[in-house]
Formats: sequence, C-alpha cells, structure tokens
Amino acid sequence: MKYTEEHEWLLEEGELIVVGITEHAAEQLGDIVFVELPEVGTEVSKDDEVVVIESVKAASDILAPLDGEIVEVNEALTDNPALINEDAAGTGWIFKIKPSDLSPMDDYMDEAKYNDFIA
Amino acid sequence: MAELRRTPLHALHLELGAKMVPFAGYDMPVQYGLGVMKEHLHTRAAAGLFDVSHMGQVILRGADYKAAALAMEALVPVDIAGLGENRQRYGFFTDAKGGILDDLMLANRGDHLLVVINAGCKEADLAHMRESLAGVEIDAISDRALLALQGPSAEAVLEALVPGVAAMRFMDVASFESDFGELWVSRSGYTGEDGYEISVPEDRAEALARALLASPEVEPIGLGARDSLRLEAGLCLYGHDLSTDTTPVEAALTWAIQKARRTGGAREGGFPGAEVILAQLANGVLRKRVGLLPEGRAPMREGTQLFAGETDEAAIGEVTSGAFGPTLGAPVSMGYVDIDQAGDGTALFGEVRGKRLPVRVAPMPFVAANFKR
Repeated sequence: MKYTEEHEWLLEEGELIVVGITEHAAEQLGDIVFVELPEVGTEVSKDDEVVVIESVKAASDILAPLDGEIVEVNEALTDNPALINEDAAGTGWIFKIKPSDLSPMDDYMDEAKYNDFIA
Repeated sequence: MAELRRTPLHALHLELGAKMVPFAGYDMPVQYGLGVMKEHLHTRAAAGLFDVSHMGQVILRGADYKAAALAMEALVPVDIAGLGENRQRYGFFTDAKGGILDDLMLANRGDHLLVVINAGCKEADLAHMRESLAGVEIDAISDRALLALQGPSAEAVLEALVPGVAAMRFMDVASFESDFGELWVSRSGYTGEDGYEISVPEDRAEALARALLASPEVEPIGLGARDSLRLEAGLCLYGHDLSTDTTPVEAALTWAIQKARRTGGAREGGFPGAEVILAQLANGVLRKRVGLLPEGRAPMREGTQLFAGETDEAAIGEVTSGAFGPTLGAPVSMGYVDIDQAGDGTALFGEVRGKRLPVRVAPMPFVAANFKR
C-alpha cells in the first residue's frame, strides 16, 4: 500500500488503484456524516478535487492521486458514511481509478514513511 | 496573539483527553474521546457535562431587585422588572438600530439581578452596562466556574449530590449550600434537554465536575456537540444567527419581548432601537430566521446561499448555522430568508459547492424539547 501527503492510501488491485483515506485522517476529521462521490466514468487529472468528505466539523476535499478514469465508487458510503470511521483501510474505501499514468506511484510513501510523516 | 485563558476545569479537560481549541479567547474542549456524534447522542439519552465557565456571570445590584431590573430594561427589551423571584428569562441587548449586541439570560435572585452573557461579548457587554446603568453596582464574577449538566438523567444525578434541585421547574433559579460550597443553580441550558446550569466557587469546580462524572450516566461533552445540540433545539448562536445586523423580530425572537415592553404596554419601548423594533412588530419584517432541512445528506453550512429556484440568479437568503444533526440523523440548518419564502414547507435550494440542492423551510426545534415545565 502507498500513501499520499493528503492522507490517502492507494492499493493496487490488478490494473486498478483503490483509494481511501487513512485511519489517521479519519480520526482527525471526526465522525463522517456525508461523502460526495464522483460519477463513475469521470476522467480526472492528478490533484483534481474528486470527493468531498463532510465530518461533524467541516468539509474536506480528496484529491485524485493519479490521472485516470473513475471506474467504481463505494456506494455503501452514501447511506453509511461512518464506514470510513469504522474501517478506513477496508470497507471504507472510496473509489477505484484506472490510471493512465502510474509514475506518481513511485513518489508516494510506503507505510513506514507515512508513519514517520504523521508522527 | 494573546495567551489563551483557562477555566478552572482546564487541567481536568486535559486529563480526560479533550481536544482543546481556542474559543472566545479561552482554551476550551471541542470534544473528548467519544467524539462529537456520540457526545451529542449521549446527552440526549442520559446526561452530558459541559464546562461553560468562559461565559460571563454578572451581578447587578440597585436599591432592590426592581431598581436593578428597571435600569437594565433601558438596555434589554424584556420585562425584567416583572420577572418573578427565583425565575429566569432569555433576553438580548439591542443597539440604536434595533440590532442585537448579545443575547443573555436574566435571573431574579431576590435582592439582585444575575445575568449570564456570551464569552465573546463579555468585555463589550460589561462596558455597555457600566456606561449606561447609573446607580447600579455591576459585579463581574471572576471567582466562579459555570457547569451545565444536560439530558434526561441530569435531574437524578444532580439531586443525589444537591438535594432539592429535582423540585425546580424549567427556568427556576435557586441557591444551595452543598459539599461544593454555595451553588447558584438554574434549571435551563442550551441543548433543548432538561438540565441545569450550576455556578460553583472556582476552587470547588473540579470536585463538583468529578462527582458528576463519577455517575455512569454522565459523560463530558465538548463545544462540538454543544453546537449540534443547540442547533437541533433551534437555539441561536450569537455572532452567527444573531448580530448587530439582525433585529429580534427578524430573528424570530419576538416571544422574548413581553407585552409590558411592546406598544401599549406598561413600560412600552425605552430600550435602544425601540422605534425600529416596535415598528417591525407592528408592520412585519422583510426577512426572517427560519429552520431549514436539506433533503439530501449534504450539510448546508454557514454562508450557504439560498435560492427560490434552481436557476435563479439572486439569492433570497443565507444559512447562518448548519451541520449534521446526530439525533435527527440528517443535516439541519437555520438561516435568514425573504419573508415571502419563510413559510413552513417552502421549497428552496441551497448552493453547495456550485450545485443547487433542495432544502425545505421547517419549524424549529428540529428535535422536540424535553423541558420540565
């Protein structure tokens, strides 16, 4: 798994990358009450704002970590956004992207580096 | 930046694992371990303990209660002189344009008037009172903390420590000698739940808080849940829902202006902005504070522009408070809208991140009040 400085985790799944936010980020946000998901089929560029997460405190943007196409979103979050608080790295995944350029993956952090980053 | 002030419970907040934030010049707990959502739900299900020591407690003394009350009526459009002994009432300071300088609680404590004012307005309110209230002794209390115990279990929990509080009714005030010194208790709060606010000598505040928290019914609650609780209860937050740009009539607070201070009343007018406010009471206003229920799950937060139609260019209002209501399980907001859009059930649109989302005008409170009348 790779990590961005925006506190996203990226997991390779075949030719797709699954994206979520880290447990650390979920904790910082507090109880999540609403997730605005992108439409499947949307072409995105790296650093586009693709998702809005609203917690009891505020709204936060999630940026596309790579260029590519959104091919799947976690519809379960629509009715139960708290899945992100409960299981940020598992059932709380947010979207899957089919990347057109994988090169930024090399720049993202591994788990040890991310843990240092948030320490 | 000036050093943040600390309440007498500061060390306890840290010990309880609170996340602290600056609020009105104080270092205050925004949430504890439970988090905002669970703290909110716990308060409505059992009882929550809030540190509200940052608020200002001020004693006003004249020759007697009535003298102090009559003097204060020159600043506040409320029947203070007619307030019964050991009773409390909501009110607001108005300015010459009829705008609201602060909202406050007023209590008849027999031989004096006790007011509780917002932390952020404390200094301005004190200066305002000192300047305007000739012949009234104004004592800003600096050696007491203020705790709020709110929720359906509050009565039983506090009665066990302070016998007698259960007999109080909503908006009663009373003093009690206790293991924690002399307590000034009111049966009121800012959550829409039954409960108490308890003024306690600062050196006994932590002991009282610990005694309350020893009950399994009581959890410490931060400012985050305090805000969502008051919003569901339809209660205003000064600086957001109320300001010098809003009059009490626009703010739908006319219920707090008793007959005695209205046109034809025994002490008609005589407060700052009376011409504006009495005219608005007679003739109506152009905009009004209303409750708003967004139809989707997206919260419509403060500043969200409101529109009558999906493609209209001109906004007809704006959200002044908005969040997710944990008890309602849905987003809730309040805001100001043009008077012809203010009827219950009116369908409007709120613009969230460039999208017009449906929202309905709805009666407040959003969650039924649970007071002991």
